Amino acid sequence: MKLTLHIWRQKDAQDKGGMVRYEVDGVSEHSSFLEMLDVLNDGLIEKGQDPVAFDSDCREGICGMCSLVINGRPHGPWTATTVCQLHMRAYRDGDTIYIEPWRAKSFPVLKDLIVDRSSFDRIQQAGGYVSVNTGNAVDANCLPIGKPAADQAFDAAHCIGCGACVAACKNASAMLFVSAKVGQFAVLPQGQTERKERVLSMVEQMDKEGFGNCTNQYECEAACPKEISADFMRMMNLDYFKSSATTS
Amino acid sequence: MSGLTRCLGSSIGRKGLMGITGILLSLFLIAHLIGNLLVFAGQDAVNHYAHALKANAALLWFMRGGLFLVFATHVYLALSLTAENRRARPVKYVQEHTQVASLASRTMVLTGLLVLAYLIFHLLHLTKGVIGHEAWSSKLPDGSQDVYTMVVLGFKSPILSGVYLVSMALLYLHLSHGLKSFWQSLGWNHPVYRPLFEKIGTGLAAILVIGFASIPLTILLGVIQLPGGGN
Ligand code: HEM
Ligand code: FES
Repeated sequence: MKLTLHIWRQKDAQDKGGMVRYEVDGVSEHSSFLEMLDVLNDGLIEKGQDPVAFDSDCREGICGMCSLVINGRPHGPWTATTVCQLHMRAYRDGDTIYIEPWRAKSFPVLKDLIVDRSSFDRIQQAGGYVSVNTGNAVDANCLPIGKPAADQAFDAAHCIGCGACVAACKNASAMLFVSAKVGQFAVLPQGQTERKERVLSMVEQMDKEGFGNCTNQYECEAACPKEISADFMRMMNLDYFKSSATTS
Repeated sequence: MSGLTRCLGSSIGRKGLMGITGILLSLFLIAHLIGNLLVFAGQDAVNHYAHALKANAALLWFMRGGLFLVFATHVYLALSLTAENRRARPVKYVQEHTQVASLASRTMVLTGLLVLAYLIFHLLHLTKGVIGHEAWSSKLPDGSQDVYTMVVLGFKSPILSGVYLVSMALLYLHLSHGLKSFWQSLGWNHPVYRPLFEKIGTGLAAILVIGFASIPLTILLGVIQLPGGGN
C-alpha cells in the first residue's frame, strides 16, 4: 500500500524542528509499523538523505524503547500494544499518518522522534528499589505472599517505563508510571521497610523533573500498552498522604 | 522538612487540597440550596430564614471569612497547578487526540473561572443590590428587607434569569467532573466503591444544579408569584 506520512524532524535538541511530508510506496500489510519506517529510511538513505531517527530495541513489546505518537495516540491505534507490535494491517492504502515524538518538558527531544527519558531513571533511582541483598532465587513459596498481593504486584510490574502515560496525559503527568513503580512493592513484604521513604522520595523527584499534575482524566490508563490500572494512582495518593502524615 | 509542609508543596498534596476545598465549597452549596428552596415554602419562610442569618452577624462573618479563604485557596491552586501543567508540555501535538477525558474534565479552569465571574455577578445582584437595585430595595411593612419579593421580582427578568441558568449549566460541567475527581485525588476511590462514588458525584452535581435552577425557572414560568399573586 501507499501512504502519506507527516513526520516530526528535528536535527538535534537545539533545533526548532517541524513536520515533514513523505510518501512511502509498496508497504506490506504484514509488516510492522517500525518496519514500514525502516522501508522509508532505506529510501531516504538511497537518496543520500538523513534517515528518520526513532527508538526501538526488542521489537517484541517488552523493553519500552519504542515511543511514537501516531495520529495523536501514543503507540498508535491498538489498545494494549506497543508501537513495535503494531502492524500495518491497521491501515489502508492511501492513509495519511502523523508521527510525532512524546511531548513533555521532562522528555526533551534529542533528534527527530527520539526523546531523552532519563527523568524516569532518576525517579527510579530516588527509591524504586528494595535495598536488601536478595542473593539467589529462593525456593518457591518460601516467603508466603497471598495471591491477591502477588497479582497486584505483578500487574504493577508490567510497566515497561516507555512513557506513553506522560505522552498521553493532557498535563504531561508521570503519575501512572510512578504509581506502578511504587505499587509493585507496596503490597509485598520485601517492600515494607522502605515503603514510606520510597513514595515520598519518588514523588519528590517526579515533581522536581517538571512533570505536570494529574487531573484524573485517565488518558494515561487508556494509552498504556501494559494496561496499568489508574487504581495504582489512587493507592499512591493514599500512600503518599499516610507517609507524609507519619514522617517527620 | 515536616511531613505536612512537604505534602502541601507536592503535586499530590496540592491536588488533595484542591479536592478538600472543592468538597467544602460543595457542602456550602448544599446548605445554600436548602436555604434557597424555602422560596417554595412562601414569603414568610424565606424572610424568616434571611433575617435569622443576618441577625447573627458574628456567625455570618465567620462563615463568609471561611468561605472566602476556601474559595481563594481553591482558585489559587487551580491557577498555579494549571500553569505548571501548561509548562510541562511546551510543544503541543500537531495531531491532538482524546480517548477518554470528558469535555467537563478538559474545561475545568474555564468553567471554574466562569463560575467565579458568575459569583461576583451574583453577589452584586442579590447581596449588594448593585444590579437590580429596585427589586433589592423591596421592604416589608416593618421596614426590613423583603427577600422573597426581591428574588421573585429579580428573576422575572428573562435576562437576569438567563444569566443564572447559563451559569448553572457551567457549574454542572465543573461539578460533574469535580465531584467524581476528588475521590481519586484523596485516595478514597477504591474499585469496590468507585462506581458508587461516581454515581454520588454525578447525582449530587445534578441535584445541586437542578435545585438552584428551579428557582429562576419556576419564577419565569409564573409558578412562584409575588405576594398576593400579583405579576
Ligand atoms: C462553587 C464553586 C466551586 C466548587 C463547588 C468547585 C468544586 C470543585 C471540585 C469538587 C473539584 C475536584 C477536586 C479534585 O479533583 O480533587 C474541583 C476542581 C477544580 N476546580 Fe473547582 N469548584 C468551584 C469553583 C472553582 C473556581 C472559581 C475555579 C477557578 C479557576 C475552579 C477551578 C478548578 C480546577 C482547575 C479544578 C481541577 C480540575 C481537575 O483536577 O481536573 N473551581 N472544583
Ligand atoms: S521496541 Fe521494545 S517495546 Fe517496542
